[in-house]
Order: sequence, then structure tokens, then C-alpha cells
Amino acid sequence: MKEILVISGKGGTGKTTITAALASLYRDIVVADCDVDAPDLHILLKPEITERETFYGGKLAVIERDKCTKCGKCRELCQFDAVSGSYDIDAGSCEGCGVCGWNCPEKAIKMVQKKSGESYISGVRCGTMVHALLDPGEENSGKLVAEVKKKAKALAAGRSSAILLVDGPPGIGCPVIASLGGADTALIVTEPSKSGIHDMERVINVAEHFKVPVKVIINKFDINRVNTGEIEKYLEKRKIEVLGKIPFSEKFDSALKQAKTINEFDPGCAEAKMVEEIKIRMESGSQAR
Amino acid sequence: MKKIAVASGKGGTGKTSVSVMLARALGENHRVGIIDCDVENPNCHLFFGSGIEEKRDIEVFFPDINPEKCVYCGRCQEVCAFNSLIVLKDKVMFFPEMCHPCRGCLLACPAGAVGEGKRKVGELIILKETDGIRLVYGIMNVGEARSIPLIDSVKKESCAGADYIVLDCPPGAACPMVASVKGSDYVILVTEPTPFGLYDLKIAAEAVGKLGIPSGIVINRSGARDHMIEEYAAAAGMPVLLKIPFSRKFAEDYSRGSINTRAFEGLGVRINKMAEGL
Repeated sequence: MKEILVISGKGGTGKTTITAALASLYRDIVVADCDVDAPDLHILLKPEITERETFYGGKLAVIERDKCTKCGKCRELCQFDAVSGSYDIDAGSCEGCGVCGWNCPEKAIKMVQKKSGESYISGVRCGTMVHALLDPGEENSGKLVAEVKKKAKALAAGRSSAILLVDGPPGIGCPVIASLGGADTALIVTEPSKSGIHDMERVINVAEHFKVPVKVIINKFDINRVNTGEIEKYLEKRKIEVLGKIPFSEKFDSALKQAKTINEFDPGCAEAKMVEEIKIRMESGSQAR
Repeated sequence: MKKIAVASGKGGTGKTSVSVMLARALGENHRVGIIDCDVENPNCHLFFGSGIEEKRDIEVFFPDINPEKCVYCGRCQEVCAFNSLIVLKDKVMFFPEMCHPCRGCLLACPAGAVGEGKRKVGELIILKETDGIRLVYGIMNVGEARSIPLIDSVKKESCAGADYIVLDCPPGAACPMVASVKGSDYVILVTEPTPFGLYDLKIAAEAVGKLGIPSGIVINRSGARDHMIEEYAAAAGMPVLLKIPFSRKFAEDYSRGSINTRAFEGLGVRINKMAEGL
């Protein structure tokens, strides 16, 4: 089984649209959505949840009022400014390190498990989907990503499909690093804008830093053909394969508005054929013409 | 000084474009600072030609362990809530990507073997002021996991004398977005009239709502489906501040590093109006 992670650096380049389109070409695949704080894959794949699990991300300090003497020790030691002047813990700032707890002279602070999201296993028309939702504003997205991946891997091990397809988060920080763990290929979706290129270079460096081989899809390539040429030259120099180029097309938008993938919306269209070709190259690893 | 954060939930909806346009509109009559809080993938600077005025390292604490003093008792490992220290018989292993710099190890060490180390996690860059706008951004080192210390650093950089600060925030609705938005007077949530845009807008609005900061919506790539966002906005009691119609020309200009307010009739005027109304 090969795990393919779709990432981009910059948001909004088309990760989810392409992941869903690729997934819809399979019959018994495991797909995972590792963008846990703003997940969108479920909008196109319409999962029916069969299992759900509460996610406890980290710990949270709680001050016991009757024991607290307001001595100020916790406020002095907290590196995250999580203790207010009135000795309330700001749950959004508390990172759960526990330093306040074991240094409190009155033992007035205890650490409690903090619920910070949920993860799901669901049935989808192309197989099984593992996904999650981090509570808005919470931390520990990397830990939740790791949990999604663990479940997806276990499920994929027993499937006929040779691919585990993972929709990743934007950026290069902790959820991306957690998504890269154990991936066989990082499939980077970029666009030929200055920001798209800037962010692509950074996310390639992150993938290579964690020793995950990279392949690239250039989305909306015709928005700026000069920049697309620059991307191709850059990738050639770094010996990175381009799996496909997809034009800017209103069709993707029309499909999305009906919550369908391009291959379901109009299976015969040129864009759908391009996705099919990308699927074949993704599986075999041959170079795009 | 007024602080206006530009956030989105979904990535690629146009946060950076809105931030830059807003800063330029405000810059016509005020002194403005832009703080690019998307330290994982900062993009604002790509739209400014001005040179670098100042550059400095952003550093965080790490336990600098003195092997001469360490007695390998394991106390630091015990108090570390993030599993970033492992104490072996004659060696202490430190995993920087796991560390949330709480200094617990330093406080706990009975032998005084943990020193105050400083580790570079990225850079803070300030561009030369142009047209009354000063841009501050941070750029996180590749391989680093935690962006919060960098976001805190760029936010601390005072734009002295600025009337307005525009904060371009990272996408999503997790801790980096919250850390960026926190302390602002107003949040502009940029979205697009698609099911993705709407779903992520709701999550982002919930995260902002928890902080108690008033917010409004900008609909980018506006068109026939705006009602899906407008219905939500009405139900949530959030104003729709501005609509930016879809334009291939705008996207092409953007791809070249130019944000063209003149791409649409009257956009500049409407942005000025929005800016003054905030």
C-alpha cells in the first residue's frame, strides 16, 4: 500500500478538489482528511459516519478557587500568559505544560484532560473515509492529524486498493509535519502565482527535510503561462516530476456548487480526463508529457 | 491605534489581497502598518517592492543541558508534558520540534544543569516604509512545527505612530489563527460563495466569536451564489462589508505579484468606504 499525501503550502490551490476527484475514480479506497481545523473533503464525498471518537488533545490547568491564595506564582511562571489578573485560566492560551500545577505552593491547580475535537470513520461512495474536526480555536491539530492517519493506515492495510489517499492541510507547520509522517509521496498542488510558487518551494523543502519524495500538479496553469514555465524549469532542476497540469476552468466551480467531483459532474470532459491521467501517473510514477 | 485582522478559515480566499488593498486605502489618509502573521507562508511582501529595513532572528528557549552538572536523575523528562526530553543513563536527548518552551525542565532540575538556551526558529523582517505603509513579517524555518512564538514576535513589533494595523492571518481555525487574531479590534473574514467557503467561514466565525471580537464578511469571487453567504451572515448577525466580483484579470495580475484595485469599476471607492466605516 502506498500513502499519497496531497499538500500545497498556500491554501486554496485545489488540494481538496483534486483529492476528491482522484478518490472518486476508485471503488474501495481509504481516503483521509488531515485538514482537521478547516476540513472540506466531506463536502464532496458526503461521508456517512459509522464510528466517532472524542479527541482529547492535551491538558488544561484548572484553579481551585477555595485553595487559591492569589500568591502570583502561577502568573509569574506561565510562559504563555494564560493566567489572568483575576486568576482565571485562558483555555485558548494554556498549552497544558503543567508548570503552574507542580509549582503552586497551595496545590490549588490541577490539570484536566481537554476535549478538543472528534474523529470519524465513515462510509463514502468510493470506499471508506477517516476524518476529524478540531474544535474551533483549539491546539494540538498535529496530534489529531496523527490519530486520523493511524486509523486510516489500519483500515487501508486490509483493502484491495493499492493507494491510501490523504488530503493535507495548508502551511508548513505542525499539522503538515504530522501529515508527512509515514507518507510515501507528497503530491503538491501549486498554482502559477507568485505566492503559489513561493509557498510551493517552502513546502517542497519541508517534505524533503522529512525525506518524503515529492511530485507536483500545476493547477490553473493557464492563469500565468510564464510562471508555469518557471515552475517547470525549477522542478526540472530539482528533479521533481510534474504529474499533470490542469487549466483554470469554471467547470470545477460548477461541480463544487453541486457538491460533486469533476469526474462525477461531467465524466467525459477534458478536465475529468486530465484527472484520470494524473491517477494513472500517480500509480505508476511515469512522467507527464 | 486600531487593529484590524483579516482571517478566513479556508485558504486561498483572498486574505492577502484584502489586507493589501485595505492597507493601501487606509494609507491614503493614515499611517498604516501591515503585520503578516502567516509565518508559515508569508505572502504580503511579494506585493511590495520596498527593500528590507531590518532583519533579526526570532529565537525560543531550549534546555541547554550541561553534561558536567547533569546527574541523569530524569526529573526533567518527568515534568515535560510534551515528551521532548528523554534521559538515558549517561545522555539526555532533546527533541526541539516537540518542545513548547515552558521552562519546566529548567525549574525542575535539582542539579542546576539546565541552562537558558536560545534556538533560532525563524526571522522577523521589516520592509522600508512606502506610501505610508510599513510591513512587518515573520518567516518560520523549514522543519519547525510551532508557529505561535513567531506570530507573537511579529505582533509585538510596534508599528510606532501607526493609526491602523492590518494583520494578515494564517488560514484555518486552529491555534495559529487564534493567536494572530487575538487582541484585534475587528476581524474581517474573507470567504467565497462556495460550499467550502461557507463551511470554513462558519468554523472561523465560531473561533473569532469565542474571543468576543466583532467581525464582518468580505465575499470574494462574488457572483450568482452570494446568497449562500448572505443568508448565513444575516442569521449570524454579521455584516457583509464588501463584495469583490470574480475577475480573471484580477487573478492574472495577482499571479504576477500585483493587486490591482482598478480591475473593477468602483472597487477602490468601496474599499475606502469599508476602511473608514470600520
